[in-house]
Amino acid sequence: MLRTLAAVTALGLAGALAACGGGDDDATPKDSAAAVIQVGSVYEPQNLDNTAGGGQGVTEALNGNVYEGLFKLTDTGTVEPLLAKEQKVSDDGLTYTFTLRDGVKFHSGKALTSADVKASIERVTAENSKSARKSNLAVIKTITTPDDATVVVQLSARSISFVYNLSYIWVVNAAAKDLTTTADGTGPYKLGEWKRGSTLSLTRFDGYWGTPAKNAGVVFHYFTDATALNNALLTNAVDVVTGEQSPDALAQFTSNTAYKVNNGKGTTKLLLAFNDKVAPFDKPAVRQAISAAIDDKKLLTSIWGDYGTPIGSMVPPTDPWYEDLTSVNAYDPAVAKQKLAEAGLPNGFSFTLDTPSYDPHPTAATFIKSELAKVGVTVNINTITADEWYTKVYQKRDFQATMQEHVNDRDVVWYGDPDFYWGYSNPQVTAWIKQAEEAKTTDEQTALLKQANKQIAQDAASDWLYLYPQIVVASSKLSGYPVNGLNAQFFAYDIVKN
Amino acid sequence: MLSYLLRRTAILIGSLVLAAVALFVLLRLLPGDPANALLPVGATPEQIEAARRELGTDASLPAQFLNWLHDVVTLDLGKSLISTLPVGPEITARLPVTVPLTLAAFVLAVLIAVPVGVLAAARAGRWYGPVLNAVAQLGIAVPAFWVGLLLITAFALRLRILPAGGFPPDGWADPGTAIESLVLPVVTVALVMSASLIRYVRSATLGVLGADYLRTARALGSSPAQAFWRHGLRNAAVPVIAVLAMELATTFLGAVVVESVFALPGLGSLLVRGISQHDYPVVQGVMLVSTATVLVVGFLGDLAQRLVDPRLRHPGAS
Repeated sequence: MLRTLAAVTALGLAGALAACGGGDDDATPKDSAAAVIQVGSVYEPQNLDNTAGGGQGVTEALNGNVYEGLFKLTDTGTVEPLLAKEQKVSDDGLTYTFTLRDGVKFHSGKALTSADVKASIERVTAENSKSARKSNLAVIKTITTPDDATVVVQLSARSISFVYNLSYIWVVNAAAKDLTTTADGTGPYKLGEWKRGSTLSLTRFDGYWGTPAKNAGVVFHYFTDATALNNALLTNAVDVVTGEQSPDALAQFTSNTAYKVNNGKGTTKLLLAFNDKVAPFDKPAVRQAISAAIDDKKLLTSIWGDYGTPIGSMVPPTDPWYEDLTSVNAYDPAVAKQKLAEAGLPNGFSFTLDTPSYDPHPTAATFIKSELAKVGVTVNINTITADEWYTKVYQKRDFQATMQEHVNDRDVVWYGDPDFYWGYSNPQVTAWIKQAEEAKTTDEQTALLKQANKQIAQDAASDWLYLYPQIVVASSKLSGYPVNGLNAQFFAYDIVKN
Repeated sequence: MLSYLLRRTAILIGSLVLAAVALFVLLRLLPGDPANALLPVGATPEQIEAARRELGTDASLPAQFLNWLHDVVTLDLGKSLISTLPVGPEITARLPVTVPLTLAAFVLAVLIAVPVGVLAAARAGRWYGPVLNAVAQLGIAVPAFWVGLLLITAFALRLRILPAGGFPPDGWADPGTAIESLVLPVVTVALVMSASLIRYVRSATLGVLGADYLRTARALGSSPAQAFWRHGLRNAAVPVIAVLAMELATTFLGAVVVESVFALPGLGSLLVRGISQHDYPVVQGVMLVSTATVLVVGFLGDLAQRLVDPRLRHPGAS
């Protein structure tokens, strides 16, 4: 639920995680390649077009399964070539030349050409595109297609993340129409049928250029109620649930050998975000005091039990520039009091915490309130809807402090934008993040982003309460499913049911 | 009867228009802006303005209302803000789940409530009369989703004789599975609904059992059962029919909640999703269809009452 609602606020930040479930067919086929995998999820696509507000559900169901990009982001967070056979980058880093793989066909039978790739990128950057990746691609100056197998992209500035960003762009048949309800990609599955409110099926594509899917197809079953989803897994109506939303539901699976509970690496961070532009949070000492006054570990345990990870910064472990920074502004009420005194607030102060009304925010807000009371700070909890959050906090910046889940990978770069909602502005950090994007090598980029992240953590730009667990529960007959759900992806082609 | 029919039809149309206005205004009173839902992070004020224009939410409220009313009259319920797909087909696609669920639950509830209610009244003096009454009282206090969860635990998770939820992708083309998947939801709604119906049937029956005409019928030699069957049942039915029309509406609302518990792709789950996403056209569409259904059922209920009870047809004649 929490992730659904985060998506509702249109936090394009949200790459989001996937909830999937799987179950048994009535009779287990002797040949596992004939099996159809039943996946349970709470993220039904809004429509089937990821440039028209399809939401995270469409990424989960279609990304890598029906549609492929020039590159793909693997479940471990690395970027690998997919439809691009070869890439050349000019010395100034401004010209990318991609050679396409041979023999790639769309599901409609048409052969893939460079014109399709050009059109696909332009769909994302178009005026009316609702893609969350649009702003990242603003560096593209021109796209040319010297021949059917070659795409040349000219950038206006160096962009080390360009190839990574391409992994989000689906290559779509340029001639295809009605992409909100139909699909024509190059992936290992073609779209079967989408019964809105119920199921979406994919069937193995026999003309696939690469290794064929190890199963005959996938059916995504959509649920609005988490209990109903778990019941479907318990009755074998689905084989796998990839995004367990509540630790309470896990006991019935951990104690049963028919199921496997996978503790993957998530990218969703729960933030206590200060408005760094307004008093008293414009003073780093105040933010540091608040961070030190809250026992993050205790909060995490009270919400998720043994699951989830304490985190000291915005960077999750699957990002290449991860570093354990939990010791920065670690829990210490004595230090908190001292910092408050330093900031000229020895008797504390009071502030309003705009709290989204859905789980886990209200619980976490109550916890924060009681922790801060111990150092003399009074919290007024103001509960708001997801939609109000977007209007009041995100657009009008009319807040002192708020809570929000940030679901994307590689999103520390938002701290380089002084105009972002939390108003963090450190010219040094902004410069490092800009330099990192224009870096010549990924090592250089990584070093710069580590440096920036450390500074952001020391400044206590926000308080990163914890990293959500990413829990995939599956029938123990199932193997080959992804467990990290990066960018809400759920690659189904390697899943085998015995 | 004709003048009554005309009057009642006018009231029906008036209520429909009032309901439409109320629905429209209430939805607009909610905080937040649907244009937000359409835009990614980093949207500029110009983009937000453009989105408002595209949605028509930049126009004045009366103008927006007239536009919407015009579309509704021409049977166009608009397009979802979120999915950009038309709302009308979305609603019709979900009726094959919600309509059978509501009707079957309604019929089952009546089949349970009438005999039990009559029995509870006729045997008020025996030990089981009050017990039936108490059980019905308890049933009223229990929320439908909880009954649903209990039935799932018992019949789907423990006994494994019925599915825990879902609806076959092929829908009614696969009638066996479709019926199977509706059994528990139907029983859930019917049980909850019959609880309150039993109370109505019981009190209506108690009312006629003490009536002079029954005593007269008994004096003329009818047995208690004959007297009740010939003279009592029809009289007891009058208030019950009025309640039934309202109860059918309640069943429909109950189905909304129960659909989520059983993962059924009906109007209820569509409404829940529409609300959480601030998707005005979807919420408006579903609410309009359901409100209209309730009003029409009420209308039919009133007509049925007149057919059953001649005193209402000829006021003053008795």
